[in-house]
Amino acid sequence: MSGHSTYQPKTGIERWLDARLPIVRLGYDSFVDYPTPRNLNYWWTFGAILSLCLASQLITGIILVMHYNPSAQGAFASVEHIMRDVNYGWLIRYMHANGASMFFIAVYIHMLRGLYYGSYKAPREVLWLLGCVIYLLMMATAFMGYVLPWGQMSFHGAVVITNLFGALPLVGESITTWLWGGFAVDNPTLNRFFSLHYLLPFMIAGVVILHIWALHVVGQNNPTGVEPKSKADTVPFTPYATVKDAFALSVFLILFAWFVFFMPNALGHADNYIPANPLVTPSHIVPEWYFLPFYAILRAVPDKLMGVLAMFGAIACLFALPWLDTSKVRSMRYRPTAKIHFFIFVVACCVLGVCGAKLPDDQVIPGVTTFQLMASDLNSFVWLSRVAALYYFAFFLVILPVLGLTEKTLPVPDSIASPALSHPAAAPAEATAAPEMKG
Amino acid sequence: MLRKLSVIAAVAGLLTAGVAGPALAAHGALPAKKVEWSFDGPFGKFDQAQLQRGYKVYREVCSACHSMSLVSFRNLGDKGGPFYDKKYPNSNDNPYVKAIAKDYEVADIDNETGDTIKRPATPADRFPSPFPNEAAARASNGGALPPDMSLLAKAREEGPDHIYSIITGYAAPPPGLKMDATQHYNQYMAGDLSSYWSGDHKHVPPGGFIAMAPPIKAGQVTFDDGTPSTLDQEAKDVAAFLMWAAEPKLEERKQTGFAVLIYLLLFAGLLYASYRKVWKNESH
Repeated sequence: MSGHSTYQPKTGIERWLDARLPIVRLGYDSFVDYPTPRNLNYWWTFGAILSLCLASQLITGIILVMHYNPSAQGAFASVEHIMRDVNYGWLIRYMHANGASMFFIAVYIHMLRGLYYGSYKAPREVLWLLGCVIYLLMMATAFMGYVLPWGQMSFHGAVVITNLFGALPLVGESITTWLWGGFAVDNPTLNRFFSLHYLLPFMIAGVVILHIWALHVVGQNNPTGVEPKSKADTVPFTPYATVKDAFALSVFLILFAWFVFFMPNALGHADNYIPANPLVTPSHIVPEWYFLPFYAILRAVPDKLMGVLAMFGAIACLFALPWLDTSKVRSMRYRPTAKIHFFIFVVACCVLGVCGAKLPDDQVIPGVTTFQLMASDLNSFVWLSRVAALYYFAFFLVILPVLGLTEKTLPVPDSIASPALSHPAAAPAEATAAPEMKG
Repeated sequence: MLRKLSVIAAVAGLLTAGVAGPALAAHGALPAKKVEWSFDGPFGKFDQAQLQRGYKVYREVCSACHSMSLVSFRNLGDKGGPFYDKKYPNSNDNPYVKAIAKDYEVADIDNETGDTIKRPATPADRFPSPFPNEAAARASNGGALPPDMSLLAKAREEGPDHIYSIITGYAAPPPGLKMDATQHYNQYMAGDLSSYWSGDHKHVPPGGFIAMAPPIKAGQVTFDDGTPSTLDQEAKDVAAFLMWAAEPKLEERKQTGFAVLIYLLLFAGLLYASYRKVWKNESH
């Protein structure tokens, strides 16, 4: 963050390097001395968890590529070669496959945390936008990665998703042909997806650097949404945030390990252990769980083009969020009505996820037939997803803009330290004591 | 504390949403019969005697139509496999494996003349397929393709339970079900029978049609360890064997996982203690 660097090179080599490339100073200022709001809760540890997810995906991915054969003929067999013959290949592959799910669990929590505490509001709009770009790149990377094993769900998932672009007027057909590298999903498609699946993670890493840079310019938000005003409001990043992040990370790793070692295929589809066969379509094509809410929005709209636009619109809402929310108060801790709507929003997202996994005409309450509306029974998942999708859009486009102007908010504390320290007079003494504690 | 609980609840909620997705019952079929497998749970292991019996069922019955092309003979002698023997850490030297391989013939090319020949298999060879190609397989099976068995136990939603249920799930078709002579009725097969059903449309029988005739009868395979070869036993054993074929590293995975979790729990405990110590004098 802004402020004078307090880095003191201790050895001759450090002084020599500091005069030529102050990289140690950069690291010190960013990850040791960097002032962190003292009231960050565990929701703030997901940034560090996400960094680990990215690193883990990159390392396991690079090892997988050493053994993978990116061709329609050899891809499936080479993945099985990794599972059966490569030393610890099963571990590397299961880490990579489940790592994608863990990455999305962490990113969704990270995004919801930002949403709840108003971390997208001025001056953090660019920070939020960069995060949205990372999320978009993650979705593209995950989708293309799922195609690479060239199983039945890989292949038919690729067919469904690439066909979505065909719904665009005039240019749709040209775009799908261009994406496929031919007139159907085939070897050229697999090859370009492989190439991009290798490229995009490094682009993610690049945007992550920008994301952290932007974070260090404006500083972290915190549960009160009040900017740090004095030294009493902050603690140095190391050891305070470092040790808390490390603890949260180790707990997250336990969850990760549980999936990798004891239920590695629970988040995947059985159909993807059948080699791709263009002539046999699986009875039920579903994307991975992290795409299900968007898939539900896509299917909620009866018209294909409008469905595609609604799906992309759902993501566009995230980009527009800093300008949709009109509230002056940052944290929903002090916005009682917004808080209720936030929790309904979370439920709506989960409901959309469940709807995305079901057949649209399946009954929500088994055995109850109501009446037909827009060619579907009202007691069907397609109607449930319509209701949830409507709330999803209303939350961004109606509730947040209007509520910000009308809501009666609770009093916001003067500073971070004032609710944390019962007696304001005690604050300076404790805060000056803090730096000596570290180490 | 409440805050921490809400973290856990949120993670759990997201996970249920995730797990609920893929867990779809195959449409129309009865849910598979649950079998208690020795390899279930975090400490699960394959029962080697069961794998050997299951291999015998595969060899004598299934392999007549079903290929298992991703499995090599040497895999049978790998750790966790049906014929693993710790005297032979290199499974290529395992005499059992060598003997099993020798019974098979595989296609090869004569190095001297370039002619295509047949030679006895070695442990390094893959299991040869019963048919030269898909068309030949379909021609011999009334147009249906017997699926490759290497990954079958992972390629079905309910895994080995599904395989067991299919083998034991044949039943006489209920009167009112129209079917042609090449098909068989199985309550655990995915499918929609409503268009073949002339009875009450609200009570369509569960299950679907399967091209495979009941593949095995009680007593068809004689088990060398004296286990009575009931249909139930044969079905369980071959399903366990196919689970091994699909996931040969299952034991190694679960054992590694146990050590990893112990390590992570200790590590997390240590970090929590450090966290408490570092923050002891800081209000937050």
